[in-house]
Amino acid sequence: MSEGTAAENVGTTGLPEGDLTLGQHVGSGEIPRYEGGSRTPGWDDPVDLTKDPAVIPDPADCPVPEELRAEIERHMALYPDARSASIPALMAAQKVHVWCSPTAIEQVACVMRLTPGYLAAVATFYDMLETSPVGRHRVYVCTNISCSLRGADELLLRVQEETAGDPDFNVRGFECLGACDIAPMASVDDVYVGPVELDEVPDLVAQIRAGTEVLPEKQIIRRKSVDPNAVSTS
Amino acid sequence: MSQEAILFKGIDEPGLNTLEVYKRRGGYGDVFRKALSTPRDALVTELVESGLRGRGGAGFSMGKKASFMPKGAMDKYLVCNADESEPGTFKDRELMTKSPHMLIEGMIIGAYAAGATRSFIYIRGEYAQQADILDAAVAEAYADGLLGKHILGSDHSLEMLVHRGAGAYICGEETGLLDSLEGKRGNPRLKPPFPANQGLYQGPTLINNVETLATIPHILGMGAAEYAKIGVENSTGTKLISVSGHVKRPGNYEIELGMPVREILYDLCGGIEGDREVKFYFPGGSSSPVLTGDDLDLPYDFDSMAKAGSMLGSGAIIVVDDQTSVVDVCLKLAQFYKHESCGKCTPCREGTQWTVKMLERIIAGTATPMDLDIMASVQTQIIGNCLCVLGDAMAMPVGSMIEKFRPEFEAYIEEARARSERELIASLEEPGEVPLVGSLV
Repeated sequence: MSEGTAAENVGTTGLPEGDLTLGQHVGSGEIPRYEGGSRTPGWDDPVDLTKDPAVIPDPADCPVPEELRAEIERHMALYPDARSASIPALMAAQKVHVWCSPTAIEQVACVMRLTPGYLAAVATFYDMLETSPVGRHRVYVCTNISCSLRGADELLLRVQEETAGDPDFNVRGFECLGACDIAPMASVDDVYVGPVELDEVPDLVAQIRAGTEVLPEKQIIRRKSVDPNAVSTS
Repeated sequence: MSQEAILFKGIDEPGLNTLEVYKRRGGYGDVFRKALSTPRDALVTELVESGLRGRGGAGFSMGKKASFMPKGAMDKYLVCNADESEPGTFKDRELMTKSPHMLIEGMIIGAYAAGATRSFIYIRGEYAQQADILDAAVAEAYADGLLGKHILGSDHSLEMLVHRGAGAYICGEETGLLDSLEGKRGNPRLKPPFPANQGLYQGPTLINNVETLATIPHILGMGAAEYAKIGVENSTGTKLISVSGHVKRPGNYEIELGMPVREILYDLCGGIEGDREVKFYFPGGSSSPVLTGDDLDLPYDFDSMAKAGSMLGSGAIIVVDDQTSVVDVCLKLAQFYKHESCGKCTPCREGTQWTVKMLERIIAGTATPMDLDIMASVQTQIIGNCLCVLGDAMAMPVGSMIEKFRPEFEAYIEEARARSERELIASLEEPGEVPLVGSLV
């Protein structure tokens, strides 16, 4: 923005000073206007006229942690088209930064030679890519039909209560996680556990905090596929 | 069950996920070697004759799909759809956890039949444990010469890669999956061209579900004619079904197609929780129109389900008992599709949003019975008007619920309205304040 913007005229009240009469400029600076004099963008306008679209970051002024760079380049080499690695690359960056922060996206963009805008579009599409700051422990409670028929909504509330105020936790109600046989269930940092009883929640949260195995008896990986009691009479 | 298990036979054997145990049980054996030396056309014919229908949801003949792949030298791809995100479905998870080599063996033969030299397993990001198991199994297969150049000295070469998604239901739709695999947002594509002509990286691509591909070695092992004897006409073979909701023993079961639903729910799954009654059930994942407690004697196969106005889909039965409100289930369902709609086509994007809004209105007590008609008409306007079937997948079950449980919806609307009126009057108990009649509606 040019000099003398509204921001510079903000007084102690936090409100712009000067004449606020309708139709007059605030301060002396130019206010960017979209076509037709509107201050909100239309369908075809960029969101922020004062900024140029972000270009592919220059490697010289975009430091990328060496391990992350190697990981992204390893993924890129696996595909006939390196762009296919965008989801694994964003996942790798998310592991380092906990969420897809602007820095994380910039680093992936720098290594993959894609624009940050492209990667932001990808990151916002997928549920497991976080586009706002979150805690590092992911607890996804499935709240889809099968789980909610067996009390998943109460479970989610209980987990939220138990972890309330702890910035280390990212507790979310999630779409069907593909484990309706152990409903109600949760995916704790990628480990599926269930059925989780409400009174097991304090234990579960304590185990996550301590970094130990979560509800070892109830992990899906230990569950038998065939139920010996399931016999057809015909 | 007179038919013995095929895919689930000895599935719980410890170490089955390793190449050693899988081979000891006959995996990658004579059948595998013979398949790789059979002419491609003969292999495709065998798959057509087995009558194997896609196990992912659409139920299209697997052999026919493979036969659509063009001949000639070009980059062709095989993609295994392991995005299993249809609510209620969890059968592929079981197969990949316990017997990943069964899938890999099926993929190698399937790729050979389709002439593909590169293959991908697109697994949903939430299945991180299964993806790790698959990664290890693929590495083992490479080390043993089962993947890579000139498999076991044959002319067939195949590269395989496990690709993890990041959580999007739409990526289970085949063209959405392809876009996601190309590193884009998972928006579905306009069809035609179909993936068999122009799929991944513009090359011909065969896309199949995990269970479909895992069945291939078994079909070749017993012969197509033998396999076609299992099940009923037009629905051959066994099927893995995932039963969840209000049953005593939710889980995966392998059945011979054509088994009555009652037998599945009461014999295999031990009956309904608390010995209550079935109010309705989704026979093929949350996208299938619901069937009621009166439809329990239907045989569970593709054609019978279609004839009853629903579909077999992915083989996921979700059971809802008579204590549950149909409106609550309907809202859960609509919220899911609203969240997962990619937003590309207007009928789906707006239709899912408005269905949720109207259901919330019903629950809040501000709906009128006319809303039901509007809601039903929204569903019919979604069906068939979008690039993919995600919108239809909400419209069909929601439409069927309104159709079959209309009196309950209407009673719910009246009850909720009466409740909200009482609450409004109670909140206006200040002396002298008289509520306007109009404000009560």
